[in-house]
Amino acid sequence: MESKEHTLSILVENTPGVLSQVSRLFSRKGYNIDSIASGATEDPKVTRITIVMNGDDATIEQLAAQLRKLLCVISVKVLSTEDAVQRELVLVKVKAETKDKRDEVLQIVSVFRASVVDISRETLTISILGDENKAGALMDLLADFGLMEVVRTGIIAIERGVRTIYEDTKESGEFNYGKNVL
Amino acid sequence: MTQTISVLVENRAGVLNRITGLFSRRAFNIESLAVGVTDDKNISRITIIVDSGNNVVEQVEKQLNKLVDVIKVRTLDEKKLIGRELIIVKVSTSTKTRQDVANLCQIMGAKIADISSTTMTLELSDTPDRVDLFESLLRPFSILEVARTGVIAVQKGSGKI
Amino acid sequence: MKIRATQAIMECLLEQGVDTIFGYPGGTILNVYDELYRYQDKIRHILTAHEQGAAHAADGYARSTGRVGVCFATSGPGATNLTTGIATAYMDSSPVVFLTCNVTESTLGKDAFQEVDITGIAMPITKATYLVRDPNDIPDIIREAFAVAAMGRPGPVLIDLLKNVTGLDVMIDYEPLPKEEHQFHGRLADLRKRAGWDLTPPAPNSDDVDKLVELIAHSEKPMLICGGGVVRSRAHEEFRTLAEKLDAPVAITVMGGGGFPGAHPLTTGMLGMHGSRSSNMACDNCDLLIAVGCRFSDRVATDPAGFAKQAKIVHIDIDRAEIDKNVKTDHHIIGDARQVLQMVNDRIPSYQHPAWKEFVFSHRPKAPAESDILTPYQVLRTLQQMCPQDTIVATDVGQHQMWSIQHFHFDYPGQLITSGGFGTMGFGLGAAMGAKLGNPDKTVLHMTGDGCFRMNGQELATVSHYDIPIITVIFNNHTLGMVHQWQNLLYGGRFSQTDLNFAPDFVKLAEAYGVRGRRVTNQAEMTEAVREALDLGHAYVIECIIDTDETVRPMVSAGKPITEFLLD
Repeated sequence: MESKEHTLSILVENTPGVLSQVSRLFSRKGYNIDSIASGATEDPKVTRITIVMNGDDATIEQLAAQLRKLLCVISVKVLSTEDAVQRELVLVKVKAETKDKRDEVLQIVSVFRASVVDISRETLTISILGDENKAGALMDLLADFGLMEVVRTGIIAIERGVRTIYEDTKESGEFNYGKNVL
Repeated sequence: MTQTISVLVENRAGVLNRITGLFSRRAFNIESLAVGVTDDKNISRITIIVDSGNNVVEQVEKQLNKLVDVIKVRTLDEKKLIGRELIIVKVSTSTKTRQDVANLCQIMGAKIADISSTTMTLELSDTPDRVDLFESLLRPFSILEVARTGVIAVQKGSGKI
Repeated sequence: MKIRATQAIMECLLEQGVDTIFGYPGGTILNVYDELYRYQDKIRHILTAHEQGAAHAADGYARSTGRVGVCFATSGPGATNLTTGIATAYMDSSPVVFLTCNVTESTLGKDAFQEVDITGIAMPITKATYLVRDPNDIPDIIREAFAVAAMGRPGPVLIDLLKNVTGLDVMIDYEPLPKEEHQFHGRLADLRKRAGWDLTPPAPNSDDVDKLVELIAHSEKPMLICGGGVVRSRAHEEFRTLAEKLDAPVAITVMGGGGFPGAHPLTTGMLGMHGSRSSNMACDNCDLLIAVGCRFSDRVATDPAGFAKQAKIVHIDIDRAEIDKNVKTDHHIIGDARQVLQMVNDRIPSYQHPAWKEFVFSHRPKAPAESDILTPYQVLRTLQQMCPQDTIVATDVGQHQMWSIQHFHFDYPGQLITSGGFGTMGFGLGAAMGAKLGNPDKTVLHMTGDGCFRMNGQELATVSHYDIPIITVIFNNHTLGMVHQWQNLLYGGRFSQTDLNFAPDFVKLAEAYGVRGRRVTNQAEMTEAVREALDLGHAYVIECIIDTDETVRPMVSAGKPITEFLLD
């Protein structure tokens, strides 16, 4: 079957070991995660984990099914790239020892609508928000100046339109039943 | 006590599992975790914010250093770090409230990523505090869904990990 | 009321109706054992020879009684010795609560003496693990652990208590709560609310059942698979009704043994790698395959892509994650087997499929030949003729396991206790002990081989000490039989490291443990030995000397279609 990029949104109870339980399911089958981000939600007891990985549909569905069985998992949704808002935040520390170089970097930054978050005598730290392509293109350009550090958040995603992760479907009903089960 | 740890690791299956295991073993709660590849495709950088209670994370840092797949570990100085987080939030809106939400976005520097007749999806990247503020300001509009990346951080100035 | 934290542990076990615990004490769990001493008139503790034996015994107790088994062990090696037992229970969905203790909070994660991250180790082989750091959480966590172990698809859970939590001066608030009330309090209530589920299983989807009813109406060659889910949910009566109304042949998986009467005219026997010709041919030719509580393991669906290729496959399971995992299905119903089957039975008329049955049952195995040398068949036939029909059979793993399952007829859930999923050699003796202690009125046979027996044979000490009257039957072929068989058929007869011709004298070994034993080499001796064992009323070991080259038949190679028999 065709392997393509999938995004999994997972709501979990925020307790020690949750991330281990979730990441274990991926490593067990030897799947490498392209990106994972775990952050707070509107409920302090609940964390939302977003995972991007490559795989065929059946594999992803099986992973989602296994995730849903975990006691700590509240909800899982598989999103496709087309119907989700996907964003990533990148911080880049780049070398710019002279005024000329600084100016050049600042120009690039403004074209990309990125922002400078810190300046020192030799460096600029830049934050850029966007999808993977945008951050990649910026980094390619900045690479000429010398990238000192790159930190990415990993992608997070939310479905476009009115649908949310909380939606009740027959499948989520079956899995709620599965909760009973594990 | 909350601490921010940056870890550079080989980008392989199972690495994350090993790292999170070191925290759960000591019953430390990971508050936020962000993983992304660096400029080198084979290397990922993990930023972990951990609430270690009264215990120090020094021991965990040492253990992390011992892992074969870990390249570098650094606990960042809380006073000298630049932390940023990204939030995407979906709020329920009506024709009446849409403008209010848009104004709020403008004040906070957030962008509107998607809009439907009854919802707006917004994005903002800023310091964790400002992201918290943004989220709380949106609360009166009824939040449908929130996704946050977790915090990523670099040290201020020219120092690197 | 304020009571000691350790006392709360015992009270919570009593809330669950626990009467027997299998275990082994040690440093970090001393406080708990001290409390157990005070509760010894209410809770029986069986001290095994090794933690693994305790784990298997708790598992055997659970499988044979349908209740939750309980097992205690100390930190470090005590805990890791449990892991094979935990994994065995997990793979076969057996409800067991494992309770271990760990070092004190101040030394946690510092590689203290006998410290190990057992909750981390056990994560992949349990439904849930709990690290208890606050003594006030004890009642809540124990209640949740028991509920999680027993509900839905059952399985093991592990509770790890830090030693300081069990301090004998630690007092906590404890309010007794009847078991039915647990789900409305504390963590369980939170869990239910959050996930929107109930401890009593919700009703299966009615439309899904209707769709199956329609598929049944259009089927001319239906077939049923009786899986472990039928046993776990004790749905044997509903399953039997369905089979008879459908007039369909029934194949029984290893884990399904006891879910459908073994001697029923509709039974085709085992399915898959060592499945009967009838089962495998039926599976390959049916037009509707209804699999109940089975997960199409690689030992059943040896070739998942070509499995039941002419059939619409309908999967009835309690675990949604099993659907389409190994074999792609056409329809599924999620629910407890018993509830689903009841609904189906209520909605279907009776059918007759004489031609289809005639085809299926035309593939009869040929009768085994009589022999002067003792054969596995003679051993099994003798046991079957002389032991009561409701005898519980606990097996180890390998040739003797397959022979036992093929030959004996199991009529009720819990009658066959075997490590189907994990294939744990050394499982049988512990499991047989647990089964006998849970079912004191029934005869319990422990079927084993010379290889398996040596793995956990030290539990004979436990059997002897507690006077647990189990009859151990060792098929001694002086080799690791199943591996030997594969080497013979698939590895050109190169018997690499499978020769066990250096075993101890099993009869003397049994006697050393204080258990009577006898070696038999022919039919007459076998009959005498079984008579003696049954009359004795104490544990007994029968060592049956059989030929090294005896094989399990039929046999299909791994990865091959189930109709391509390597051995007939």
